[in-house]
Amino acid sequence: MFAVRIHGRGGQGAVTAAEMLSVAAFDEGRHAQAFPTFGSERTGAPVVSFCRIDDRPIRLREPISHPDALIVQDPTLLHQVNLFAGLKPDGYLLVNTSKTLEDLGLAELVGTLDVRRVATVPATELAREHLGRPLPNAALLGGFAALTGEVSLRAVSDAIRARFAGAVGDGNVRAAEAAYDHVAHGLGAQGLGATSGGRTTDA
Amino acid sequence: MAYQEVKLYQVGTSVVGNRLLDPERRTVQARMGRSNALTSGHRACQGCGEALGARYVLDAAMRATGGNMVAVNSTGCLEVFSTPYPESSWQLPWLHSLFGNGPAVASGVAAALKAKGREDIRVVGQAGDGGTVDIGFGCLSGMFERNDDVLFVCYDNQGYMNTGVQRSSATPPAARTANTKALGAEPGNVFGQGKNVPRIAMAHEIPYVATATVADLHDLEYKVEKAMTFHGARYLHVLVPCPLGWGASSADTIRVARLAKESGLFPVFEAERGEVTAVSRIRRQVPVEDYLRLQKRYAHLFGEHPRPDIVARLQEEAERNIARYGLLTAGPAEGEDPS
Amino acid sequence: MLSQIEGSQAVATAVQLCRPEVISAYPISPQTHIVEALSDRVRTGALQHCEYLMVESEFGALSACIGASGAGARSYTATSSQGLLFMAEALFNASGMGLPIVMTVANRAIGAPINIWNDHSDSMSMRDSGWIQLHAQSNQEAVDLHIQAFRLAETLSVPVMVCMDGFILTHAFEQVDLPTQEQVDAFLPRFVPQQVLDPDEPVTIGAMVGPEAFAEVKYLMHATQVAALDEIPRIAEEFADTFGRRSGGLVRPYRLDDPDGPAETVVVALGSVLGTIEEVVDAMREEGVSVGALAISCFRPWPLEEVREALRGAKRVVVVEKAFAVGAGGIVGQNVRLALSGLPTEVYDVVAGLGGRPITQASLRGLFTDVVEARMDSRRLHFLDLDVALVERELARSRQGIRTGPHAENMLRDLGTVASGSM
Repeated sequence: MFAVRIHGRGGQGAVTAAEMLSVAAFDEGRHAQAFPTFGSERTGAPVVSFCRIDDRPIRLREPISHPDALIVQDPTLLHQVNLFAGLKPDGYLLVNTSKTLEDLGLAELVGTLDVRRVATVPATELAREHLGRPLPNAALLGGFAALTGEVSLRAVSDAIRARFAGAVGDGNVRAAEAAYDHVAHGLGAQGLGATSGGRTTDA
Repeated sequence: MAYQEVKLYQVGTSVVGNRLLDPERRTVQARMGRSNALTSGHRACQGCGEALGARYVLDAAMRATGGNMVAVNSTGCLEVFSTPYPESSWQLPWLHSLFGNGPAVASGVAAALKAKGREDIRVVGQAGDGGTVDIGFGCLSGMFERNDDVLFVCYDNQGYMNTGVQRSSATPPAARTANTKALGAEPGNVFGQGKNVPRIAMAHEIPYVATATVADLHDLEYKVEKAMTFHGARYLHVLVPCPLGWGASSADTIRVARLAKESGLFPVFEAERGEVTAVSRIRRQVPVEDYLRLQKRYAHLFGEHPRPDIVARLQEEAERNIARYGLLTAGPAEGEDPS
Repeated sequence: MLSQIEGSQAVATAVQLCRPEVISAYPISPQTHIVEALSDRVRTGALQHCEYLMVESEFGALSACIGASGAGARSYTATSSQGLLFMAEALFNASGMGLPIVMTVANRAIGAPINIWNDHSDSMSMRDSGWIQLHAQSNQEAVDLHIQAFRLAETLSVPVMVCMDGFILTHAFEQVDLPTQEQVDAFLPRFVPQQVLDPDEPVTIGAMVGPEAFAEVKYLMHATQVAALDEIPRIAEEFADTFGRRSGGLVRPYRLDDPDGPAETVVVALGSVLGTIEEVVDAMREEGVSVGALAISCFRPWPLEEVREALRGAKRVVVVEKAFAVGAGGIVGQNVRLALSGLPTEVYDVVAGLGGRPITQASLRGLFTDVVEARMDSRRLHFLDLDVALVERELARSRQGIRTGPHAENMLRDLGTVASGSM
């Protein structure tokens, strides 16, 4: 089982991200479960969403306390909430930022992880560029596909288009592709020439 | 429909059985073929205004709909005295659910008939003032807002009579009830804001709103039949004296209802989409005192410690109604039977 | 057809396929997505011959269903928590009149204190309302139970509520096999009402019944629910034949009869937590612990014989429930004890997951181990993961004197959730 935890703020699409990820995994013939921590609808409030992916039916219903991968959609959460609780030592970390993780004060954390499994991607900027709106969720899924190989970019793109029609879908897919490239080509790596681990990737 | 022998009495007014009227202009009640939707054998008190009102309204509705209708009833006197297990006085399809949900249940019935392509079957919801003005108010407003195809009828006897005569928000000021007794500095019910549901119905701008009393049968039947020509939410508010609760003689039910109108305390009018379209004029205005003195619920205003100040306030209210609705304006009003 | 969709959407599809004629809806978290989806489908024409009433309260919602069902229409509504309570009077009215209404209850805690998250206090508070209560373990089962519910309701002329955990199931995206219209039509025939408002054959529905006959009417209601104990398995069987999978029924055992040996300790629960429980059972079985689980799929009527039969071989039974009878103890636990009366089984009542507190594998594992290793007192009601220190601080505050403030606020301050602004 592969467990993903996504941290964001209300209005950024963290919940949709988890859902689309689950659809992508389903489209590739796997079992997937996505759900958010729930609260009253409120823009700006911290939101956590979860996605489990497995080859067997998923029965667990608890929140993900030990994620295999963590996606941080909003770096302003970094020092306010304990985002990293339970992240496995060989876990993946993907942070939405145009800065380096050092600049964000996360050098020590990165030191405890496998650097090949850590990446940043300026998803908000990519979204602005390709979609015209600062909604980083779809882009981050592209980055996730590149980083972990748990789902293919193709499946992510199909899931995005299934959720967003027309130009919005296209824009989101372009942002996802750009994020994928950014991570796949090590541009987000911490200067150590990292490549993505895990399964075969597919463009 | 069952054959029922009906005795008609000529009483020299425009009420039942005026044999000088052309057959077509006779009331439904005056005809042999009336449906008798609320048939005899029910357990209402002698002189019950509500039993009278319900029979008048439903027989008129049955005639207007060719018998193609369903009635929904809220809990209250009418529901209780008409269905003493194992008997029922109803000769039409009839559903009783709860006290507070008559309008919502009626909306549900109308929705079902629409879904089944049977909008030819019409829906009448009915309740006392409690089930309409108080506990059923939220559901009533919802029904109005959705413009559901229901004629909702309120039989207003101005109190919770079934449970022992407690006050409702339809109880008039100064009236004695079991929980607004003639005690203290302000005997009887308080002079509050009141809750004028016909005007609230008008504020919803529904197709048709009317008030009526059991004293004028032609007028009441006319209004029911008129209401049935509309589709959408319609509201009829009928004043029905309660001899027990009002402390009036059971022989005076119709008389008391007439005086309520003739004093100006109960305005009788019609409205469509929020605008008054017709008014039933006062024929011969009477002072409110003539009306109040017939009812023991107002006895404390005239007894050992009379309260002419309160009577004066009630008279003021009557005058306000007269002015507001033009109840004394010259000339016959639309819809009024000149005979 | 296999789909990866939100639980609420799946349920909306299931309801749509059942061809309801009247839907009345009033929104309350976490049921909103269901009623929104159904509104869309009526508007687009995906669901035809259906009137959708947007009512002014939950009381109005169920009341409209009562009227609609009385007029012979297949009727549906959905609610949770406070909404279920607000229609409480109507619940008893509907069952008393034998109207086959189906309602989704997206289980949510009841306030005060106000809480929008999942537990079972809402449906449990209405367990005596005369409605049949079915509980779904997954979104697949939620879909399947709605289809079975209409069939069951109309066969017996009794209203049915399908309970599914609010948020945990309603808002979870997972794989669901959605049936086709043809399959559902084959399983669920047109509604033929036992009583109907018809001008051609007028009847009086809802008369007052006095002391001379009231007991008999209520007895018949009880008899109808007891008849459901036979009808529910029958319907589940037919469902399996038509749709090719097992869903519903009265109870569902998990590893009670293992090749390693019958389960000495059995965990009893309702709803989605069973998924987590099954994972823990598997892990413990791996380590040689003799443990199994029993899912209660139908809570009302209470399948006493089936529960007794399933648990007869167990030494210990742990009832994990998401509600409790304040001042009295467990609710499901009481029912289980009744089923086991006369048997020497130790029964442990454990309350967990109140107000949406997650029930984790780790906690359950610890609990089951404590039970197996005889560290728990079966005479006491246990609260899983209770922050005892927090409770004790609040009690100490209360003892200090008058005007100590509302408990809930004090405890939230204590946890730092009020001051920190993280709420």
